[in-house]
Amino acid sequence: MQLTHKQLAAGSLAAVLSLAAASAHAEASAAGEYRWVTFVVFAAIILLTMYITYVAAKRVKSASDFYTAGGGISGLQNGWAIAGDYLSAASFLGIAGLISLYGYDGFMYSVGWLVAYITVLLVIAEPCRNIGKYTLADILAYRNDPKKTRIVGALSVITVSTFYLTAQMVGAGVLIKTLIGIDYEVSVVTVGILMLGYVLFGGMVATTWVQIIKAILLVTASIVIVMLVWTPYGFSLPAFLADVIGDPKIQARVATLLGDAAKNMTPAELGQRFLEPGLYFKAPVDQISLGMALVFGTAGLPHILMRFFTVPTAQQARKSVVWAMAIIGGFYVLTLFLGFGAARHVGPAAIAAVDAGGNMAGPLLAQFIGGGPNSFFGNFMLAFVSAVAFATIVAVVAGLVLAAASAMAHDLWVGVVHGGETVAPQQQVRAARIATVLVGAIAITIGIAAKGQNVAVLVALAFAVAASANFPCVLLTLYWKRCNTSGIVAGMIIGTVAAVGLTLVSPNLTYPKAVRAAAHKVLDAEAGKRAAIAEAIASGDEARMAKAKKDEGALDKAVKKANDDIKKVEGQETSFMGLEKPLLELKNPGIFSIPIGFLSVILFSLLGRDKRAEDMWDEVYARQNTGLLAAKASSH
Amino acid sequence: MAKSDSIDWAAVIADPRFQQLHRKKMGFLWGLMTFSVVYYFLLPVGAAYYQDLFKVQVWGVINVGLLFALSEFVVAWAIAIYYSRVANREFDRLAAEIAADFAKRTGG
Repeated sequence: MQLTHKQLAAGSLAAVLSLAAASAHAEASAAGEYRWVTFVVFAAIILLTMYITYVAAKRVKSASDFYTAGGGISGLQNGWAIAGDYLSAASFLGIAGLISLYGYDGFMYSVGWLVAYITVLLVIAEPCRNIGKYTLADILAYRNDPKKTRIVGALSVITVSTFYLTAQMVGAGVLIKTLIGIDYEVSVVTVGILMLGYVLFGGMVATTWVQIIKAILLVTASIVIVMLVWTPYGFSLPAFLADVIGDPKIQARVATLLGDAAKNMTPAELGQRFLEPGLYFKAPVDQISLGMALVFGTAGLPHILMRFFTVPTAQQARKSVVWAMAIIGGFYVLTLFLGFGAARHVGPAAIAAVDAGGNMAGPLLAQFIGGGPNSFFGNFMLAFVSAVAFATIVAVVAGLVLAAASAMAHDLWVGVVHGGETVAPQQQVRAARIATVLVGAIAITIGIAAKGQNVAVLVALAFAVAASANFPCVLLTLYWKRCNTSGIVAGMIIGTVAAVGLTLVSPNLTYPKAVRAAAHKVLDAEAGKRAAIAEAIASGDEARMAKAKKDEGALDKAVKKANDDIKKVEGQETSFMGLEKPLLELKNPGIFSIPIGFLSVILFSLLGRDKRAEDMWDEVYARQNTGLLAAKASSH
Repeated sequence: MAKSDSIDWAAVIADPRFQQLHRKKMGFLWGLMTFSVVYYFLLPVGAAYYQDLFKVQVWGVINVGLLFALSEFVVAWAIAIYYSRVANREFDRLAAEIAADFAKRTGG
């Protein structure tokens, strides 16, 4: 790679310049006179990661280097990288946001994201390290028909990665626009180009280090903010929480959430309610279903699975999960303070006003804690957290693209088209790079095309498919002697179809009739509310007048949104799937699709016999438990 | 692919040390796995169906629900550390013995 140096320098320069140019004439959330702070922090982080890519690029010579960093990552490094790969913007910004808006339920939501790693640690990481090579399909193809299982495995990996990738790209566009005011399209292209730079030149080595740096920055930023938030209370948890729930902004928020039920509650009761369950999650079955998708789906996420091929031994794989659990869990505990701190200092209403999902809770708290929007340190903190969010997106996207590209190049091209052995190492690396560019281009295109779409469902869907198709197949091929090709092929297809199918008929989609009904309800109530506001303004009572002014603003917004909603669904009667209302009142399909996936693998394995799968069982089982030949497998 | 036919895999499986490793691991892993899954799902189930219990205040404004959610973190970490210790001490030793033995036998 003699080209690397110049191309990289040019690439990094272009990325920095496009950020600078874009932020110069866009309305950034940092005050104008401090915009240079944002620029300097971003440039520093981008240049650092580019330098790492430049160093890493020299080490990428074989397919093994490209896909798995040659198996040369240590357990501790991999633990940080897993945390960097896993803590996407959705969990980093989203969970703090949920806590700031809904209190207890937001914190409860974070638990499943950590518990997921127990499944990974106990039954997945080590056996996969011992018998796998580069991809999820390697594990499936070991004892089953290599061609068939590689095809279904690769297709599932590409499906899961594309769902996740689309959500990340759209999230990137929206977030970066809110954080630093760059246009949506420019944000998506910048993220895409940067990520391509890392993966294309530096492969897994660069991707790993970008993820490590991002995780360290994220944890550092969180610790600094939490220290500043918590110090005034002498590091007492009850004192901190008591102050949080004594805040009128939070009590008002709970009253809004509860509606009529809050009428007879005292302010103290309203505040306490913020620490109790039920403000966000209304349907227990849905929540259990989501929990199942998280706990079993993480072990089937291709970009997470792939990380275990980067360490040399099963012991290091184990060590990396334990480190990852310490970092990820520790981060979620910090999130408790970020979320409640943001609610206390910024206020749920102000957070929701910037972003309805609460994604700005962390950044806004950082700005407040640094001294507010008109101070240097406040803007520095905001810029730093924004830059970490940006690095987060790029790091997660890089891991996803690498996973999808490895499925295309290693499984489909080398494994299926060429049947395995006959491809020269240089050609394998070239195939991997071509696949990377292809996936990157697709990601950028989808990211731009999906502008304005509701993509939150795609993350849930990625976890659901991973839990319903990938997880049962990997688990049963590792632990069940009778598992065979028919079971894997059926499980992959039926599990994926079940998860996607159930989601398509779920309340996650837009149902025009329901949207219209809700909008008309708002519009019908408008006249009555206007009259009440007019009366209050005419009353002369200052408190009432102030409240009426506020209500008027809120009403204007609600009416505008209702009219917009009606326009959006104009002329439509049914959802994308041709349904007037959801067939199933379940947002997360896991509770049905995961058992369906498992049953499919078991049933079809029992129906079709496969001599090779049974003959190979001794080898698979001996190898996954002893690590025999594991080093040899990774040196290929 | 590595030359898998250079090792007699059936002999590895039949080795008493491997059988010991297999028995120990299966009981231990699936026991821990079941415990962790059950303990995790107690949280959403409790939050949905035992709200009165979750609302009981035990430490200032901190209630049972918050403590239980925090305990999920402690339990997850404890399981991870416990598993690692047992695996590092017992499983790895057995696995390494078997691996060394068979790798030598086949000259690999």
